[in-house]
Amino acid sequence: MPYRARFGRKMECVSLPPLSNFAICGGTHGNELTGVYILREMQKHNVEKVGSVSITTVLSNPRAVDACRRYTDRDLNRCFTDDLLSSPITESTPYELRRAQELNAHLGPKGSEEAVDLLCDMHNTTSNMGLCIIFNSADWLILHICKYLQSKITSMPVRALQMDLPLSEAFSVDSLGKHGFSFEIGPQPHGVLRADVFNTMKEAVDLTIEWLQQFNSGRTFEGGEVEAYTRWKTVHYPRDPTTDEITAAIHPQLQDNDFKLLQPGDPIFLSLSGETVKHEGDALYPVFVNECAYYEQKIAYHLTQKSTLTLPSINVKKD
Amino acid sequence: NFSPPARFDEARRVAIFGGTHGNEMSGVTLVNLWVKNGSEIQRKMVDTKPFITNPRAVEKCTRYVDTDLNRAFTPENLSALGEGDLPYEVQRAQEINRIFGPKGSPEAYDVIFDLHNTTSNMGCTLILESSKDYFNLQMMNYIKVTALRSNTEYYPRFSCKSVNIVLCDWFIAGLEVGPQPQGVLRSNIFEAMRVILKHALDFIELFNEGVEFPTCTVEVFRVLERIDYPRDANGNIIAMVHPNLQDGDWEPLNPGDPMFLTFDGKTLHYQGSGTIYPTFINEAAYYEKQQAFVTTRRETLVASAIRKA
Repeated sequence: MPYRARFGRKMECVSLPPLSNFAICGGTHGNELTGVYILREMQKHNVEKVGSVSITTVLSNPRAVDACRRYTDRDLNRCFTDDLLSSPITESTPYELRRAQELNAHLGPKGSEEAVDLLCDMHNTTSNMGLCIIFNSADWLILHICKYLQSKITSMPVRALQMDLPLSEAFSVDSLGKHGFSFEIGPQPHGVLRADVFNTMKEAVDLTIEWLQQFNSGRTFEGGEVEAYTRWKTVHYPRDPTTDEITAAIHPQLQDNDFKLLQPGDPIFLSLSGETVKHEGDALYPVFVNECAYYEQKIAYHLTQKSTLTLPSINVKKD
Repeated sequence: NFSPPARFDEARRVAIFGGTHGNEMSGVTLVNLWVKNGSEIQRKMVDTKPFITNPRAVEKCTRYVDTDLNRAFTPENLSALGEGDLPYEVQRAQEINRIFGPKGSPEAYDVIFDLHNTTSNMGCTLILESSKDYFNLQMMNYIKVTALRSNTEYYPRFSCKSVNIVLCDWFIAGLEVGPQPQGVLRSNIFEAMRVILKHALDFIELFNEGVEFPTCTVEVFRVLERIDYPRDANGNIIAMVHPNLQDGDWEPLNPGDPMFLTFDGKTLHYQGSGTIYPTFINEAAYYEKQQAFVTTRRETLVASAIRKA
């Protein structure tokens, strides 16, 4: 059924200012290699301007990239809350906190008029998530980019994940831009560069730039609907009460089944001694199942709900 | 043409090493489990010792702290002086050699299993050092036959793609199961390793009881050479493992087949003179060792019958 009939009234076309600068970040986690190599190629080919869009490439965490580690002192992608960005820098400030403030000066300041129009940060996950576009708030621009990529990319599923934190609490590097999102592609082991993942990330970046150019040159992008996964709930691994050590692995029936609806009674963990733990509560969609970096906080996966978001048509505001 | 079985002493002391690389989680998890409760690995008349070889690397969930422990057991390192000034893993190698070796001496442990994971799609791989090592060859043959036979019957969760035996003289003999990302524990990989070790210990128990294992032929893959990524003048990688080769461990790679894909989409083809069987394709830890994959050729070895002395 066309959405016009369903909602009784077509949403008005929304006009937005042009997007003239685009920052693309990689190596925010130093062992997530796809972004690192995409940046290297863009820098090798001196990609600075494509039509109406000027492009800035940024290697977010050079020290972690050199060491091929997620971070050196602390996770850079958790350092962009308003509080952390304004905390005083001293001799003992961890490297990533300093770096976050440098990036804020370069690409932000966060929340200001000087901030870059659009920021895209490239990530990998060990989870079987295909290509995910992760954003904080559901603005029309980002949702249209999602819709565009979903219509063009066929090599793997493309899904939208929404976090929905107040801007002051948004902690990831993409919160620096006026509009920001991350590409997350998996599965890929950290420290490994897979050609199929590289090619999909390259396609996603190229299509984003293509969309920006078309938007700036006056094309109207038709409205519609985008499905997004929202309202994240964290599920932790079962742990030994005295040692806090993890006592179970993700169950084989959940492993690699990100985005497959998890029903009450479905197995979620298989303990080291062979017992099965089952999912209780609402039927929800698991994401980030068995992501390597989450073991540190003993996080096994997140559970989400699926929402349908309605978009108006958009085009560029003409002066 | 009857030859009597080769005689070997009973295998009285067995060690199971985990955490030689601190982020290869199956071995770390199994050994920690068995250190707490070793009933699963007990066998009659065998002293089985589970042991974490690189505890500092395990604590940091990293491959190594100073240097790769799995390359540290050289004669130079084992006799080096300097104690606390030596790299951590060299100190560990000396300690491990003291407890479980020295290799080749009467005090040495009879069998050592070194548990590893790989990001490559290698299934269960048993690593053999010498084609004349009939005891290990018979044990690996037993493991392979038993594991594959019992695959669906008794172990529905055991989903190892294959069990292959690799002959390689630059490795400590061990067990490699993949694919699994570093730092991640996959249930199916964990269970596969557990089953392999169960069969290994069963073999040792049967052998110690006097069972004769008749002569057998064993298909192995003999390692030939390491192939590096194409690099530019500064040593940077300029191409990736081609999608056709990625995950194709143990499948034939013929001259002319796609091998690498450059970042701008050009295919580089395998230029060798004959078919080889690639393995360790795109192993994370090997980027720094200049290895994109390793070539092997298939060989059939004959293992003499063996029996307890």
